[in-house]
Formats: sequence, structure tokens, C-alpha cells
Amino acid sequence: MSEVKYSKEHEWIKLDGDTAVIGITQHATEMLGDIVFVELPEIGSSVAKDGNAGVVESTKAASDIYTPVSGKIIENNQAIVDDPAKVNNDPENEAWFFKLKITDKSEMDSLMNKEEYEKFLKESGS
Amino acid sequence: MENIKTALYNLHQKHGAKFVPFAGYQMPIQYSKGIIEEHKSTRENAGIFDVSHMGQLFIKGDDTLAKNLERIFPAELSNAKLNQSKYSFLMNEEAGIYDDLIITKVEGGFNIVLNAVCKNTDFKLLSKLLEDKYEMILSEELSLIAIQGPKAVQILEKIINGVSDLKFMNGDTFNYHEENIYITRSGYTGEDGFEISIKNDAAEVFVQKLIDEGASLIGLGARDTLRLEAGLCLYGHDMDINKSPVEANLKWAISKNRILEGGFIGCEKIKSQIENGVSKIRVGIKPEGRIIAREKTLIFSEDDKNIGEITSGTFGPSVQAPVAMGYVENSFSKIDTKVFLEVRGKKYPAIISNLPFYKKSYVKGVSK
Repeated sequence: MSEVKYSKEHEWIKLDGDTAVIGITQHATEMLGDIVFVELPEIGSSVAKDGNAGVVESTKAASDIYTPVSGKIIENNQAIVDDPAKVNNDPENEAWFFKLKITDKSEMDSLMNKEEYEKFLKESGS
Repeated sequence: MENIKTALYNLHQKHGAKFVPFAGYQMPIQYSKGIIEEHKSTRENAGIFDVSHMGQLFIKGDDTLAKNLERIFPAELSNAKLNQSKYSFLMNEEAGIYDDLIITKVEGGFNIVLNAVCKNTDFKLLSKLLEDKYEMILSEELSLIAIQGPKAVQILEKIINGVSDLKFMNGDTFNYHEENIYITRSGYTGEDGFEISIKNDAAEVFVQKLIDEGASLIGLGARDTLRLEAGLCLYGHDMDINKSPVEANLKWAISKNRILEGGFIGCEKIKSQIENGVSKIRVGIKPEGRIIAREKTLIFSEDDKNIGEITSGTFGPSVQAPVAMGYVENSFSKIDTKVFLEVRGKKYPAIISNLPFYKKSYVKGVSK
């Protein structure tokens, strides 16, 4: 399995062959606060890099989820739809959002590794 | 202009507050534990709210003052007992709401607690309406602290002896460290509780005592989920200058005697709305499933006609479901009427619901 990569929109992605697992980062959950609603892309739908791929709502507001790479959705995590608090508890493991079949692996290149993401967080002052 | 910091700013910061600008103030939206924990700790224990941004207005006056205030407000003020509080409205001639407020009869006049966003305009309007006949002081020296929740009474009683004898919507002056402070039994969360008016320089030490006795600080985020579950309106959202108290479903707050007797601003409109009904009215709305309908979400009838709009909506941590309030055409306001809410381009089913969403379960005789 390849290393975990990160987007500027605070999603993480783990690629295994041509299957990618995508979720939101710990930092994202801290900014959002208590998550009380999750909407995921439908299985079989196609999503484009940086395009809309779901919604999370906290007690405060709704926020869009973006996909860091293009592909076709093959699985979504119903457990976080049924219990959105899971996203706050374990965002980078158990509470993944969806899996997709990646269209173009080179889209991974523009994403950050852990070190770069941490540096990005520091520099963006968040 | 820089936002004003309340006397509790440093304490908020110490407790990990995230701040937001609100009505010209820098206010805590939440602390380190988060909105849901804060909400639950208010329902189960006791929460402390810094509401110092709200206006605390004292109007000094003799017997003529109550009569003159009755020309403005639809509340019975001439026969109000000392320390009795009334919920009322400042309206225009069309009964549009400038502000909703709490008026308390005190020694030598009336105290009025005003919404933060409205307080300066309220002050000007009231001075004009009272023709500058009375001394009016919009305090900058006082903080306002609310403590709410089932344990509020026992916690506050430990610090200020005698508060447990206060009745709901009544206040009194208490002695605290050689100072007089004014406390009312009231609040805006659906819980039992108190609002304490205290000098700015004594506020932090006082709140620290409440914390030491087991209460915790609660931000604006949980204040919003608490008041929404309790079916209470937020000014500027669920009520404003384009809505009357009758439309806001708050007709209970207008004294029947005052309607008969008349003579307050907006009276004719209120009378006619009570007699002839209103075209739109505030209702509770319960979305099915988990979908959250926020402010400005459009409401549709079963035959797809736009019949209204949501004015506040969130997820209710105690009812464990989404909750909302909004205005619908009167013919759709019956409890259990099926409606649809348009969220992100899709329509989701919901029903018109009774308010409040959250009702306090009966607590058996708690001994002091």
C-alpha cells in the first residue's frame, strides 16, 4: 500500500493498486466541530478531481467534501452516515468516507505527503 | 471597528474558547469540549453563559413611568409587582418586532434586558418615545452571566444564599462581597436557571466560583442548539421587523387586558391579526431522518408549492434528531402536516411539529 497523501482541502487519500480510500483529516474535524450529518457520493457515480463528493454538517454549518482525485465510486462508508460522531472520533482510520477506482494515478503527484501537509497547516496558520 | 471584549474574555481564552464576532463583540462560540458536550452538560448539570453583550437598560422613574411604558409595550407594567419580570416586544405601528426583551420592575424604575444587536437602536427609540422624560442608563459597567441547567440552583445557592427561593420570572437584589447584585430566575435554554447582573470587575472571580462548584462554560454554539430545542426564537432569524408577535406564534406574551384596553404601539394590527388570523405563522419543523435544514431553506407543500421558509435549523443533541423552525402559510401550520424541505437541490420530507422539541422531564422534589 502506498503512503497516505493529503489535499489542501484537508482530505486524506490512500491508494492500493487502483483503489483509493478517501476521508477527511483530524485537522478538518477540529475545524468543523461536532459532526452530526454526513452525505456520501452514490456507488457507481463518477467524481472529478477537486469536485464535490459529499457533505458534512456540524452543529454550526454545512461543508462540502471534495475528492482529491478523479474516479468512480465503488464503496461508501454507511457507518458514518448512521453515526456521524465516528468522524470526530477516528477520522483517519475507521471513519473513511468513500472508496473509488482511480482514473489517473498521476493526479496523486500534486498531493502532499504527511510532512508537507503538516508544514502546510503551519504556514496557513490553521 | 474592533470588536468589544467582555470582562470574561481572558477566562474564555483560558478554557480554550474559539471566538467569533457577534453583534460587535468578540464572543466564544465554543470551548475545547465542543458544542455537543456543552449542550449535554447544560441539560444534565449546569452551564454558564456570558451574555454580557446583551443590553442592560435601567429606566429611572416615578409612577408615570409604568403608564408611559405601557404606551410602548403590550405588557401589564402598572400592576407589575416589585421584582416581577415580563417578556415583551418593542414594535412598530405595523406590529413588526424591533426587539424582544425582558422588563423587570425594580426599585425606582424598570430594568430592561435587550438583544445585543438591537440595544443601541432600542435605546434611541425608547428615549424618543419617552420624550427624554426619564433618566435612562444603558450600562457599560455591568456583566450579565446566565447559569442554566438542573444543577444551576444548587450551585448558585452555595455562592449566593437565598437564590433558591426566587420564582420563575422574578428577581431580587442579593448581597455578594459587600456589593448588591441583581439576579432573576430566567433564561433561554428550556432549563431552570438564573441571570446574574454583576459589576465587570467582579465577574471573573464570580464565574470562577461557579466553575469550582461544578458548572462549565458554554458558548454561543450550544446556546443556539439549546434554545432551538426549547422552541425559543432568536432575534434577527425567527423574528424581525417584518414579523409580528402573532405571526411569531408568541401571542401568549401579549397581555389580554392590554389588548382590550389598547393604547400600545402596534395594538390595532395585533387586534386585527388575532381576530382575522395571519397569513403566515411560525411553526416547529421536524425533518425525517438526519437531514439538517438551515435558515433560508425553502418549505414546500405535498403538491410542490412553496409555502414558506426555515428561519433556524440544526441538529438537536438532546432530541438526537434535526430540529427547525420556520414560517409557513397558515393553512399548512397544523401539527403533523407533511411538508418538504429543499436542501442542496433535493426535497426531503418533514412534518410540522409541536414546540418545544425538548421538554424537561419532571424532576421529583429535590431537597435543598
